Amino acid sequence: MVSRRLALTLLSGSVATLLLTALVQAEELVPYAVVGDTIPLPLSGAVGDASAGRAIVVNRAYTCLLCHSGPFAEQRFQGDLAPSLAGIGSRWSEGQLRLRLVDASRLNAATIMPSYYRVDGLQRVGDAWLGKPILSAQQIDDVVAYLTTLRNPS
Amino acid sequence: MNRLRNISLSLLAVAAFTSLAEAAEIAPGERRSGASFMSVETLAMQTDATANPGMLWVLDGEALWSRKPVAGRACADCHGDASSMRGVAVRYPAFDEKLNRPVDLEQRVNLCRVDHQQLPPLADESRDLLALTALIGRQSRGMPIETGTDSRLQTFIDKGRDAFMRRQGQLNLACTNCHDDNWDKRLAGSAITQAHPTGYPVYRLEWQGLGSLKRRLRNCMIGVRAQPYSADAPEMVELELYLMSRARGMPSETPAVRP
Ligand code: HEC
Ligand code: HEC
Repeated sequence: MVSRRLALTLLSGSVATLLLTALVQAEELVPYAVVGDTIPLPLSGAVGDASAGRAIVVNRAYTCLLCHSGPFAEQRFQGDLAPSLAGIGSRWSEGQLRLRLVDASRLNAATIMPSYYRVDGLQRVGDAWLGKPILSAQQIDDVVAYLTTLRNPS
Repeated sequence: MNRLRNISLSLLAVAAFTSLAEAAEIAPGERRSGASFMSVETLAMQTDATANPGMLWVLDGEALWSRKPVAGRACADCHGDASSMRGVAVRYPAFDEKLNRPVDLEQRVNLCRVDHQQLPPLADESRDLLALTALIGRQSRGMPIETGTDSRLQTFIDKGRDAFMRRQGQLNLACTNCHDDNWDKRLAGSAITQAHPTGYPVYRLEWQGLGSLKRRLRNCMIGVRAQPYSADAPEMVELELYLMSRARGMPSETPAVRP
């Protein structure tokens, strides 16, 4: 996606600033391959750290608990706009979870779940967040690693 | 297996489209004020004038209403008693003939200051501007909101509606995603509500102070990590206008209290 945009920018021979933006974005977002409804490989090149992932999921600044609830007894405020994350690792594979986090709108265009690793196709993004994905590649992998541990008790 | 997945994906896509089509505006009979989502304690604070902190601003507004500028006339010199403002706030934002566009109540107050009192406009969210709009709003408490009946406003209402429906910000959410589709749900600890601006300016417990509708809208825009509209942006007034016309017929609660 990003490399396509880069190519387009190059092709149209746009002004240097545009090119620069595209380059910055290309640097920020690592390319990934979607296979079926999965992103099979970690974005950062290595499997993430589940405990770092848990810290991200329960941190309000990363927004998950605004909408989701889950097995986080210590968290007083959890949202109910979305399915609970309890047992999510039994429902989806690692690769399926990664795509759902990176860009859930690929699977359901009407979803309210934000795309956590995407910078294009957005409008009026605030200056502080412009051109940045919500989570970094490393953070995506950490959250995925954590979510795979959320198994239904069998 | 892959076939099956493809089929279920296309089913998902169909479901997505239907849900888009069905994501309808709230039917008149189902509309609810933000007050109906509050705890009994907070609601009591709103209803009881002696407990409502917003009344402090109304009192300040009374004093400002009759204060004479060094040169020129006080609000009261042209309008008489503040009770003459009964029924005004529930018509705002309203069409301004001279500017040929809608203005909100804050802008109306400032137009009077500049045109009739030769005073500089009051700053957005300043204590005095909140006090005057709280005083004027208070005169219409209990009256049904009427904003938007003037047909010259229609194109502006439509633009505000478009903004309400448009996804924005890093979180890529539209107002409608929360306030039409999920008003019965909770965003972390907060009731989402239907976004009817029935009581502005409101005393918000979280702010520990009075704030305008614009401040509330900036909060929601920053919440989805969008670039908020500036106070005098036409888009801001259009959004206020759409929201007020969407609440037409609902009783005014100004100054309301919100969590
Ligand atoms: C604004 C609301 C919102 C936020 C914020 C949000 N989600 Fe979601 N999420 C949803 C909704 C709604 C779904 C249901 C699937 C759909 O709509 O397509 C979902 C689905 C999911 C799924 C698939 C669940 C299933 O049973 O299919 C996972 C996993 C997930 N979210 C994880 C997360 C994580 C982790 C975060 C934070 C990094 C997060 N979500 C933030 C709304 C949200
Ligand atoms: C992600 C969810 C979400 C989105 C998107 C959102 N809001 Fe809100 N809004 C809320 C919540 C939650 C509240 C309740 C107050 C609180 O606790 O923050 C609220 C409160 C309000 C209120 C106050 C209602 C009252 O009773 O006083 C208005 C008006 C409003 N929103 C308008 C908007 C507009 C306009 C937009 C789009 C620019 C928008 N909101 C986008 C969640 C959202």
